[in-house]
Amino acid sequence: MADDIREAQAVTPAADAAPAASVVVDGLPPENHTPGIEPDVPITSPDAFAVASTDGPAPKRGLRAMLPRRSGKLIVGLALVIAIIVFSIIGPFFTQSPTSTENQQYLPPSSEHWLGTNHLGVDIFAQLANGGAGSLMVGLVAGTLALVLSLCFGIIAGYVGGWTDEILKFITNVMLVIPGLPLVIVISAYLSTRSLWIVALILGFTAWAGAAIVLRLQAKSLRSRDYVYAAKVAGEKTHRIILVEILPNLLPLLAANFLGAVLLAILGEAGLSYLGLGPSGSITWGTILNQASANGALAQQMWWWFVPPGLMIALFGCGLALINFSIDEIINPKLRQAPAAVKSVRKARKSRATQRPSGPSAVASAPVAPRDDEKVKA
Amino acid sequence: MRFYVRRITFYVITLWAAVSLNFLLPKLMPGDPKQIFIDKFVRKGGELTPAMQNSIDLLFGGDDDATLWDQYLSYWGKILQGDLGISITYYPKPVVELIGAALPWTLGLVGLATIISFILGIVGGAWVGWKRGTWVDHVIPASTLLQALPYFWLALILVSVFSVSLGWFPIIGAYDIFSFDNGPEWSWEFVGSVVYHGTLPALTIIISAVGGWLLGMRNMMVSTLSEDYVTTAEAKGLRPMRVATTYATRNAVLPSIAGFGVTLGFVVAGSVVMEQVFSYPGLGKLLLTSVQSNDFALMQGTFLVITVSVLAANFLMELIYGFIDPRTRNNG
Repeated sequence: MADDIREAQAVTPAADAAPAASVVVDGLPPENHTPGIEPDVPITSPDAFAVASTDGPAPKRGLRAMLPRRSGKLIVGLALVIAIIVFSIIGPFFTQSPTSTENQQYLPPSSEHWLGTNHLGVDIFAQLANGGAGSLMVGLVAGTLALVLSLCFGIIAGYVGGWTDEILKFITNVMLVIPGLPLVIVISAYLSTRSLWIVALILGFTAWAGAAIVLRLQAKSLRSRDYVYAAKVAGEKTHRIILVEILPNLLPLLAANFLGAVLLAILGEAGLSYLGLGPSGSITWGTILNQASANGALAQQMWWWFVPPGLMIALFGCGLALINFSIDEIINPKLRQAPAAVKSVRKARKSRATQRPSGPSAVASAPVAPRDDEKVKA
Repeated sequence: MRFYVRRITFYVITLWAAVSLNFLLPKLMPGDPKQIFIDKFVRKGGELTPAMQNSIDLLFGGDDDATLWDQYLSYWGKILQGDLGISITYYPKPVVELIGAALPWTLGLVGLATIISFILGIVGGAWVGWKRGTWVDHVIPASTLLQALPYFWLALILVSVFSVSLGWFPIIGAYDIFSFDNGPEWSWEFVGSVVYHGTLPALTIIISAVGGWLLGMRNMMVSTLSEDYVTTAEAKGLRPMRVATTYATRNAVLPSIAGFGVTLGFVVAGSVVMEQVFSYPGLGKLLLTSVQSNDFALMQGTFLVITVSVLAANFLMELIYGFIDPRTRNNG
């Protein structure tokens, strides 16, 4: 089965991290491993090791160890995502109706209309606030559908194996190479009216394949773990093993895939709406962009019309991507430990350089110093 | 050898699935696309000649007496003859001719821009990964932002800044249609015009696509650099440059190449919408024109060609992958 390229490779780095992921999977978070017996960290000199172990955070236990570490990236990502969600929920209560055309047309930004008005005299800030709900809704529904489908195709294929695996894997690979958005465009073209739900379902239906391949690899690797064999011997049913034994261990990966699918769906919806193929009659960030470019916002340099909607999408997507990156660092501890190790080596060198002139210090490992130099320079 | 046979089999079956999907889509849809099509055609002043009727039957299935299976077979027959029907938007031009005119633009622009951004992302990602733990790590948040940019929005911003405000680049088209009103020709001026018009569209693709490849490559590079064989190479005293290129990058690049297909999907999706912003006369624009005018024959044909192009690109990449990573060939 390793003949299939996608099998030997990783569609995302996470997939290649099977051995690393097992650290988390086995219930032992990487923090609980003694740094000294961690072979992945290129720490060789004793002084570097000393610094690394004192700088390391206190080990976390239980569920908290599974949660992303509070890195700067995670905080920024969460802040962006939460801020935009809150804006989309609360914003509409404080703005004009996004369909009221009572204002003057083409007004520039003012204290009354923060982002001016459009060709119909609709307040653009009101549209922006109300459009968020539509865009986020599509992302959520499509992301959930993609998650469920990738679970079905990925985990069942990986766990059950045999012919089921071959067939499901084949379907997944076909879906992977058929270009998604053109397919969505063609389907949308046949539907004369499209509700928000239909658009979300179509987007979700075309976005699951990449995640399914990653999940299948992971499920395949988990299948041959001892505790799964033990569960089998104990007489647990297949669906119970998948739901109770295997699924919880894939949570970080599932979360990452879900966020990726949400981002993809929001971008897809924006593209469709921009082309005029989005949900009919709804306001989303994409439809604002569509109206803006159809009514000469570009030529007139009305930046307040076409910049904010795209910026909202980009910032929301950036937030999701940052959270995803933090999750990646959990699934693959090397991503976190290797840069930290390099940093600590450099720190050790610095502190030794400052300590040496002032007399004997606790750390002394002159012979390995040249190697450290090289590493840091490199 | 077995590797190539298996891959070719996979792509042949996928091609079959794509063509069949293309055949089934209009039949699965609610409403009566055939009637819409005929009404629209007659309204545009077209005449229902037997040849045209034949073309419509081919697309939507003929009268009720022909079974789905017979329709399917005749559909395949036409496809194999290179007949994708007749466009109503550009009546009476055959779809194949229109696609033939649009394909080189998309292949050239999207193909070239994809290759450039792929190489930039791989080289940049390898460098950022090699410099792990230094200030270069701050590139990561920036590249996640690039990843999340909607292609068409970036295109709008670029047009607004470089074409409307600064006037450095043209807003629309693939070449100067006033200087070259006879269409494309082989001359240096024409090539210059194409490059000049293609800069912003290409820049859009490169900027939006580079983030994903950079991030993926960086993460793989960091993982690879903490492998034992890299530590061994360093301990042996090899020059850092050699460790970075021959030991780490060579292995870290494999997943990026193998995952090329997934990312290519995003690029193609983004380019379809982006072509609309620039009115670039490629397949994406053709697809949208056909969608907006309910020109189903043109739409189906364009979708088929886009799909086949993506399949071909994937297939090519897998052959390259099989060539540079012998494990995939030998494990077959």
